[in-house]
Amino acid sequence: MSDTDTIDAVLDRHRRDGTRLMQILRETQEQLGWLAPATLTRIAEAVAWPRAKVEGTADFYSFFHTRPLGRYRVLWSDNITDRMLGNIDLMDAMCKKLWLEPGRVSEDGLVSVDTTSCTGMCDQGPALLVNYRAITRLTPARVGEMVGLIRSETPVADWPAEWFAVEDNIRRKDILLGHGLVPGEALAAALERGPEKMLAEIKAAGLRGRGGAGFGTGLKWKACRNAPGQGDNPAHYVVCNADEGEPGTFKDRVLLSSYADLVFEGISIAGLVVGARKGLLYLRGEYRYLLEGLESALAARRQAGLLGANILGTAFDFDIEIHLGAGAYICGEESALIESLEGKPGRPRIRPPFPVTQGYLGQPTTVNNVETLAASCLIASHGSAWYLAHGTGKSAGSKILSISGDCERPGIYEYPYGVTVRQVLADCGATQCQAVQVSGPSGICLAEEEFGRRIAFEDIPTAGALMVFDESRDMFEVARNFAHFFAHESCGFCTPCRVGTTLVRNLMDKIARQHGSPYDINELFKLHRLMQGASHCGLGNSACNPVFDTLNKFRPAYERRLMSLDYEPAFDLDAALSQARQMTGRDDVGAHLSTHLPNGAEA
Amino acid sequence: MTTAMNAPVNLAAPPPRKLRVATTSLAGCFGCHMSLLDIDERILTLLDLVEFDRSPITDIKHCGPCDLGIIEGGLCNAENVHVLREFRNHCKIILALGACAINGGLPAQRNHLDLRDVLEEVYQTEVGLSHGGIPNDPELPLPLNKVHPIHEVVKVDYFLPGCPPPADAIWKLLTDLLAGRTPTLGHGLMHYD
Amino acid sequence: MNETQTFQLDGEDIPFAPGQSIMQAATAHGAYIPHLCWHPDFAAHGSCKLCTVKVNGRFGSSCTMAAQAGMSVENRTAELDDKRRTLLQMLFVEGNHFCPSCEKSGNCALQATAYELKMMSPHFDMFYPDRPVDASHPDVLLDFNRCIMCSLCVTASAEVDGKNIFYMGGRGLLGRRVHVSSESGRLGDTNFALSDRAASICPVGVILPKRRGFAVPIGERKYDKAPISAQVKERV
Repeated sequence: MSDTDTIDAVLDRHRRDGTRLMQILRETQEQLGWLAPATLTRIAEAVAWPRAKVEGTADFYSFFHTRPLGRYRVLWSDNITDRMLGNIDLMDAMCKKLWLEPGRVSEDGLVSVDTTSCTGMCDQGPALLVNYRAITRLTPARVGEMVGLIRSETPVADWPAEWFAVEDNIRRKDILLGHGLVPGEALAAALERGPEKMLAEIKAAGLRGRGGAGFGTGLKWKACRNAPGQGDNPAHYVVCNADEGEPGTFKDRVLLSSYADLVFEGISIAGLVVGARKGLLYLRGEYRYLLEGLESALAARRQAGLLGANILGTAFDFDIEIHLGAGAYICGEESALIESLEGKPGRPRIRPPFPVTQGYLGQPTTVNNVETLAASCLIASHGSAWYLAHGTGKSAGSKILSISGDCERPGIYEYPYGVTVRQVLADCGATQCQAVQVSGPSGICLAEEEFGRRIAFEDIPTAGALMVFDESRDMFEVARNFAHFFAHESCGFCTPCRVGTTLVRNLMDKIARQHGSPYDINELFKLHRLMQGASHCGLGNSACNPVFDTLNKFRPAYERRLMSLDYEPAFDLDAALSQARQMTGRDDVGAHLSTHLPNGAEA
Repeated sequence: MTTAMNAPVNLAAPPPRKLRVATTSLAGCFGCHMSLLDIDERILTLLDLVEFDRSPITDIKHCGPCDLGIIEGGLCNAENVHVLREFRNHCKIILALGACAINGGLPAQRNHLDLRDVLEEVYQTEVGLSHGGIPNDPELPLPLNKVHPIHEVVKVDYFLPGCPPPADAIWKLLTDLLAGRTPTLGHGLMHYD
Repeated sequence: MNETQTFQLDGEDIPFAPGQSIMQAATAHGAYIPHLCWHPDFAAHGSCKLCTVKVNGRFGSSCTMAAQAGMSVENRTAELDDKRRTLLQMLFVEGNHFCPSCEKSGNCALQATAYELKMMSPHFDMFYPDRPVDASHPDVLLDFNRCIMCSLCVTASAEVDGKNIFYMGGRGLLGRRVHVSSESGRLGDTNFALSDRAASICPVGVILPKRRGFAVPIGERKYDKAPISAQVKERV
């Protein structure tokens, strides 16, 4: 099959529909290895989009490449939890064995090795993706074997199956993970109630968004339901946000692995309430390995009359489609996610209008977290009174926590809302705990004296990531890892975030090289103040949180790295003469610059 | 309460003293210095108020303790760094004068090139050259990998943009500083070209 | 009853029509809010953030926020101008802005806005990125060293010229850039024309007509004559 035939087959499968561009690009790349200029031209012509627009999408996402990156693409997850488990040493060892520099493609075009943002395997790292398939629990021995398989060009499909095993690691179940519902039970209850009463029940139950912001789910559904469809083909949509990109979070991975029916049922209930005929599940590219399982779960539900026309013998028609992302944290923001669903770069929209009135394809759309939708099944089945009996006054129900880092039992813990951080730490076996990062890099960093605080909307609202750091950890390095994350993930749309995240990263690197001064710390505060107010979306607004928190709570971790109390040069002065030394062969005194001038010394 | 705070307060301005000023041109073209001379007869007034330390005007080779150091040009080699540090060590106030000191200016337009390629082309491969090899005399300052503005190496207190800054702008800034005012430039005096 | 609605901008009453943004209403009234990516002929883009104002104590982009009766908007306060200066410094260090050798100097909105906000230095460390210059088109030069990612060329080409020559792509500081709609990526391989609206929309010196450099002497260029803030009324 020629390349053109391959591309055309993919295009035909997606009806040459530009809004399906993400899927078209991914499937094309899976078969051809990369997205060559001619490939993009052909796709642009077929979907009748300007070529530059197709290219703009192709080079926005980390997992699409517009240049060849090797027949084996190895991407090491680089969350701080992977770092703590030694990923960098393992990656260096791999590169050494492959005679490769990170980020470069081997000369024979065989392989490239690089890092990527958190792949959601923090409870079983160090982790990596090979050709976008997840591998967990890397060890030196596994790395050695892997190098052998790459060298012998063994297809990834033939690699040892146990490498690709992803454990659920469910350590504590509560009402959701121990739900006991059979497929169709919750949906039948919802259909029996009808959309209005079901909506009333959701509102009465006080269900709030599990993505962290805690917006009332009933309110959102009501706004979407009441918004009129637009244009000639009016419609309403439900979107399930499974772009679980916040480093340290992996609860949706488990829900989609072992509770897919509950999630799909929740999407269907939302569809019933808002008056949608179609639901979309946006699955992060890192979870590509879940796609086949999810597709067969959908097929089984269609078979069982739980999806499709006349669901459970009623007039309700509804189906669900899965869209895969391609490596962009920003797509977790609901309007960026919708842009991505429409085949565009994940750039947060200007709001208002909000997605509930003008979302996917300009139609009223409710975007809900995986866990929120799953929880709606409990309310459908058991009613609001039962649900309200769990949790606290303003936080009904339970919360699933993803726990990783320095603890004996990392994994998934479900608690009724209101549990203290200290309780959670005790349960997961975290001793000598110095700090906990709640809600990932964009969340908050809690020091020991705050461990009495509670997981609840009244106190700490969170999507549920808890990364634990014991007393041996350097909180400056934690913040620096997060600064790198935000610089990599900034979409680049607005000035403060695009430039600010990189300036913050560079300042943190300067301090790490022990070339910083209090001046640089003041600069960090200044950037925080600017980015927090002026950025276009939550990414830029929260990008300095980890730096700000650690500067306030762990300031000595910064101060002991400072070179002096004076102003320090932006760059390594002596290193700046390296190329001239190399070209002239000089190494005399005059061919060097001391980095630091002793006070009062003659220059 | 400290004794210093109880000391008698003198609200009168300090007695007149000639301020000591040093100037230099690093990776610049001396155009900013030429613009300084363009203040014309006002230089006589200036000389009533300041005396020059190290400067192309005096030919003094090293900078002593000064009130103000005026730097033209950016940093393109090791000597530039030495001179800049000497100024910073000896001057209470450092003024970055002109585009090159402020953002690298014209010399910084080599920054998208690799220095090694530049040296190779200039001294080895370009047609019509003596092909004597890349100079390696220890007397010569080595070029930096990239050209930098001066604020990337020392703290800079004031900036006066322009290529060159107009004489009137230099005059305004100097007289503001001498009078103890924070310098301001109105429309027409401030430009980057 | 047909009373005009107003809001307050730095204490001054600004009338507005329903649906107008703060920026639109202010501009129509001759009041200057610093901006770079906003243009009166096109829908707001909201990316440069220079127009950030404080509305009832909260930060927001005046180009995207709808004017509402009675709102109190802070604009030219020391706090906001300080933030805007920092944003300008960010734009100056992320690209290669060498005004002395730029044909747009004196007519450049970025430069004029920096004068208005008294930006004396770029403050941050320079990035000196390696960005391309495209001289493939017979009549127009593209110098992306000066691009500030405002997207005005994208919008003008799509909405006025109907050609879709440009599109913003890429991600982050190093990735974000304007794509040219041809397989080679060269402007010369598109149907772009000097008469296109997109050819004259660039607020900085990226899209320049060839053979017409430095035509107006220093002192007579657009922003030599009056500061950018004083030129709002002309546009009304």
